Amino acid sequence: MSVVTLYINDRLVSGRVGQTLLKVARENGIEIPTLCYLEGLEPWGGCRLCMVEVEGQGKLQAACLTEAREGLAVHTDSERLLAWRRMIVELLLAERNHTCAVCVVNGHCELQALAAKLGVDHVRYDYLHPALAMDVSQERFGLDHNRCILCTRCVRTCSEIEGACTWAISGRGITSRVTADLDRPWGKSTTCTDCGKCVQMCPTGALYKKGATVGEMVREKTHLQQVMERRQRSGK
Amino acid sequence: MNQQRLQERVRQLREQQSTNPCRVLVCCSSPCLSAGAGAVKSALEAVAAEHSGRVSVEVTATGCLGPCSRGPLVTVRRPGHADAVYERMTPELAGKILAGHLTETPPADNLLPADLPFLARQTRIVLENCGRIDPENLDHYLAADGYAALARALHDFSPEGVCAAVEQSGLRGRGGGGYPTGLKWQLLRKAAGQRKFVVANGDEGDPGAFMDRALMESDPHRIIEGMAIAGYATGAAQGYVYVRGEYPMAARRMHKAIRDAERAGLLGMRILDSPFSFRIDVRLGAGAFVCGEETALMASIMGRRGQPVPRPPYPAEHGLWGEPTVINNVETFGNIPPIIRNGPEQLAAIGTGRSRGTKIFALCGEVIENGLIEVPMGTTLREIVFAIGGGIPGGAAFKAAQTGGPSGGCIAAQHLDASMDYENLQALGSIMGSGGLIIMSEKTCMVDVARFFMDFCMDESCGKCSPCRAGTVQMYRFLDRVSNGSATERGLVHLEELCRLMKETSLCGLGASAPNPVLSTLRYFRDEYLAHIREHRCPAGVCRMTEVPVTLLADELMQRIAAGRLDGEAF
Ligand SMILES: Cc1cc2nc3c(=O)[nH]c(=O)nc-3n(C[C@H](O)[C@H](O)[C@H](O)COP(=O)(O)O)c2cc1C
Ligand code: SF4
Repeated sequence: MSVVTLYINDRLVSGRVGQTLLKVARENGIEIPTLCYLEGLEPWGGCRLCMVEVEGQGKLQAACLTEAREGLAVHTDSERLLAWRRMIVELLLAERNHTCAVCVVNGHCELQALAAKLGVDHVRYDYLHPALAMDVSQERFGLDHNRCILCTRCVRTCSEIEGACTWAISGRGITSRVTADLDRPWGKSTTCTDCGKCVQMCPTGALYKKGATVGEMVREKTHLQQVMERRQRSGK
Repeated sequence: MNQQRLQERVRQLREQQSTNPCRVLVCCSSPCLSAGAGAVKSALEAVAAEHSGRVSVEVTATGCLGPCSRGPLVTVRRPGHADAVYERMTPELAGKILAGHLTETPPADNLLPADLPFLARQTRIVLENCGRIDPENLDHYLAADGYAALARALHDFSPEGVCAAVEQSGLRGRGGGGYPTGLKWQLLRKAAGQRKFVVANGDEGDPGAFMDRALMESDPHRIIEGMAIAGYATGAAQGYVYVRGEYPMAARRMHKAIRDAERAGLLGMRILDSPFSFRIDVRLGAGAFVCGEETALMASIMGRRGQPVPRPPYPAEHGLWGEPTVINNVETFGNIPPIIRNGPEQLAAIGTGRSRGTKIFALCGEVIENGLIEVPMGTTLREIVFAIGGGIPGGAAFKAAQTGGPSGGCIAAQHLDASMDYENLQALGSIMGSGGLIIMSEKTCMVDVARFFMDFCMDESCGKCSPCRAGTVQMYRFLDRVSNGSATERGLVHLEELCRLMKETSLCGLGASAPNPVLSTLRYFRDEYLAHIREHRCPAGVCRMTEVPVTLLADELMQRIAAGRLDGEAF
């Protein structure tokens, strides 16, 4: 297996050929925040939180998509990058309704944790607070559009892992919505297998198990890894 | 058909045309049609039929001639006479004029002067046939040297030779980015792949732009010829023309042109009896600006959601269905036939610096002559606005020109003498873009302009990446507050920060360039923003300024409390 060596934050690190910057960084204990990225799914490149500086390249690069190459010098935590990350988190918090105090994943939310870590203690932008409906037509799970950050983890999980392709995005821009079966209530979906994988992958409180009240919805973080490992063992 | 037979047919067609005693060209592209060109054409045909016993008159529906604000336009062509172009035709007037020509006393009503700067100061290379031929008639295109370049490429050039010629001409992409076309083709030629594709980008979503529509409607065969040459040069056997959904006539004409060319053996299997085969299909967009972005466009062609995917990999390695693909703007393809037909030197001799050849602009806004112009790269803005465009109506002062649509920026009056080329426009904070050129006078409020474009970007953001999806909304809301009087200077700081965030972190060009109109108006017209914010005044008198900042209300309340006047009156 060929190895590449490169500098991340002035530290010499090595990774395997074909690995992304994000993967090499994480394997070397260097944290780069992400929301749309999930190990095991195709990278999406949508949240733009993993943008890093690569010396000699004018533009910032998304670490989840950029291949690690020999001799690169990468910076992941410059003042500028931190400022951009904070702003992106603020934009996400302002975009819909993220009232943590009454949220099912309060305390277990990736967006909330990231905001805390980045020191986002207030939001400079207008809270848009669109009045979005909830979809509770499914028997076991609920979908609260107000908490959705459109990372499409559920969409990718459903098509790449479960193969059901129930979820998709409808609309565009600020009016984008996750929809089941070309815009049917989730409970009326004929493709959903009721497997609940999407619910485990959601970073926020948008997808949740029914019956959970504030802070009770805890996700099985290693769910995807377990599925992948079992599949590998059974040779599928 | 082979090359010899093509040449023979061209000779016959030319002979036929030159012996025709009178040809009347009626501009029937979208602007003239909406001004009533259809009825004018019927009237002309009626007059022609009346005189048919004596002289034969050929009435032809052509594509766009250019001075769209003067439509409907009619051109009378007689051997031995200069072309006479008439503006603002009505059916009655057109009939009278044609009758006059046929009885040797042509009236001078509505006759455009032969040296009208709008027409005389242009350099028409890509538009050479526009307004001169019937776009739905292959013979007309053939008589104008059509498909000679394709025949020449297949006969005299190797694929590598074609790429080299294009490279030598210095042609750069006309879709906005300005990437050297020859280089792009070389990449595709060298790319390993079972199938390769050529795509013509006719999505043209920018508000105020209509160059590509005019070209597709007026000279569709030229684009087909350019694409076929590209196919030969790069080893592709399949092409797609992606036409914006709002352009049904362009799509129909492209469709017909493809069918006609196939029937004549100029497209399809074994073109002109050579071993080269190339097919073209038309694909319609569904009304998204972002589908002009090349990766979103490819997704749309493949039937997927029209949403960008990150580059690299670039289309030249991983394009349609994962195969190598080249995407060029339709105007870029329109430049190809003359390069092969007349040699790359012709194009290389025009222009300035690294911007060679001509550029088509859709001149619109507050300028006397609206319409389509083709000028050498490096022409100054002053020449375009005042010489070709005839200046600003009502003698108002020129304030700014907006180039490049929502991805571009404004150029202020102090840069009227700036040369319009890729590098210079970029240095001025704008871009060449696809060629929209909106002229604005002192009656325009620049904040309002920035707000308009941000509204557009907000609407058109695909929503994939968070800085663009949520950032455009926040920027729009702030600009809206500036124009209603409720913005604060702190907000302005946030706005500029958001601009930088979006420029640096957006996934595709839409988000990365959406701040350009804001940044360029801030660069040249910061005073105007400040007048709105500090003085509660719109210098151009456009914004209504009906609100006040929320913080001001609070401040005033505090003052009243301090003054012990909390009587609730007059709030
Ligand atoms: C948001 C966005 C919209 C675009 N719209 C168009 C368009 O309408 N027409 C076009 O030719 N290119 C458009 N482009 C540029 C294309 O992505 C691409 O660069 C171009 O078609 C390449 O052709 P060229 O090399 O001939 O310029 C757009 C790019 C972006 C980012
Ligand atoms: S920049 Fe805007 S249009 Fe482009 S991918 Fe991101 S959200 Fe979509």
